Amino acid sequence: MDIKILGTGCPNCQRLEAHVRQAASDLGLTADIGKVTDIAQIMKYGVMRTPGLLIDGQVKMAGRVPTLDEVRRILETAGATPAGPAPAGAAPAGR
Amino acid sequence: MLDWLADLITFRLLGLSPETRLAESVRYFLYDTAKVLLMLALIIYVVAVIRSFFPPERARRLLSGRSQFLGHVAAALLGIVTPFCSCSAVPLFIGFTEAGIPLGVTFSFLISSPMVNEVALILLWGLFGWRIALLYIATGVTVAIVAGVIIGRLHLEGWVEDYVYQIKMGETAEEVLTWPARHERALQFTTDLLKRIWPYVLVGIGIGAFIHGYAPQDFLVRFAGPANPLAVPVAVAIGVPLYSNAAGTIPIVQALMEKGLPMGTSLAFMMAVTALSLPEMVILRRVLKPRLIAVFVGIMTVTIIFVGYLFNAIL
Repeated sequence: MDIKILGTGCPNCQRLEAHVRQAASDLGLTADIGKVTDIAQIMKYGVMRTPGLLIDGQVKMAGRVPTLDEVRRILETAGATPAGPAPAGAAPAGR
Repeated sequence: MLDWLADLITFRLLGLSPETRLAESVRYFLYDTAKVLLMLALIIYVVAVIRSFFPPERARRLLSGRSQFLGHVAAALLGIVTPFCSCSAVPLFIGFTEAGIPLGVTFSFLISSPMVNEVALILLWGLFGWRIALLYIATGVTVAIVAGVIIGRLHLEGWVEDYVYQIKMGETAEEVLTWPARHERALQFTTDLLKRIWPYVLVGIGIGAFIHGYAPQDFLVRFAGPANPLAVPVAVAIGVPLYSNAAGTIPIVQALMEKGLPMGTSLAFMMAVTALSLPEMVILRRVLKPRLIAVFVGIMTVTIIFVGYLFNAIL
């Protein structure tokens, strides 16, 4: 699973990253967790509020720091539907 | 009920005798703290639920392709209901610009959003009554419209950092929320915000209570009354470094007004606290050239000082 935190380094982005790392290790996921800090890149995903959470190229959440529980749920749902051939087009989309 | 509780603790539990300055301060502190914290919890929650209907993506859509004047009015009003923290000022600014929203209209939004915020409103309503809270909203929206129109008329688009115009924004679908999700998020937002601001509220009310009990009646009238024309600019100058800490400053302002600080001066002070914040300028520097920031700060300062004089004259 490819997870990216969209954010320019504000305290909320760091809290989100901590939650994601914790949730991934709780669930025993092998995830590649990275960051996108370039504002032009962030905007390309259509995100106007930071921090944002990007999983396998899809924006899962933006504009707040979800609780650890919620992050676990997001990761579980995303893990259950692996980014195989299914979703038409790789265009980033909200839920 | 809160009155009774504050009386009970002050006079029975702590055994302070009425009519003393200490008892007066303690009672005032307990009463205001209980009232303000209760109101904060309730109203931050309600506002958070309302705001879940107005994501910035919707503000962006509503504002693009609107006529100039209506655009300013809509932007100032949307600034109130759109959830926005200054750390998102940069993506928001770029998103608005990219959608073709005029610079001045974007500024109307950026001004009203922090100025007319829920914490300031609750404190104004709880400590001063709904009339002053409404007056503050109306003035804040007017200031946002006027300052935005001026910035628009000056045609300063060239003073925005050039890279802003090159960014192309991707599309996202607007998130559809269920009521339980709105409730859950609003509750989380409320607890997060309260956890962050309660110490400031307590310190602010504490200082206010001290002033209430110990400062001589009308001591401010002597040097900060309507007779002193410098009082308003000085109040604004003091307000700027206290950035956006409405939670701590409003209880102090309430106590100062009780001691003779005029309404206009107080309003100007509170607007300087909420609308002109140093960290926000630093963040906006990433999209605005220094000249534009200077113009923005200048226009805001003049407008706020004008508001101060106006209300000192008519109230």
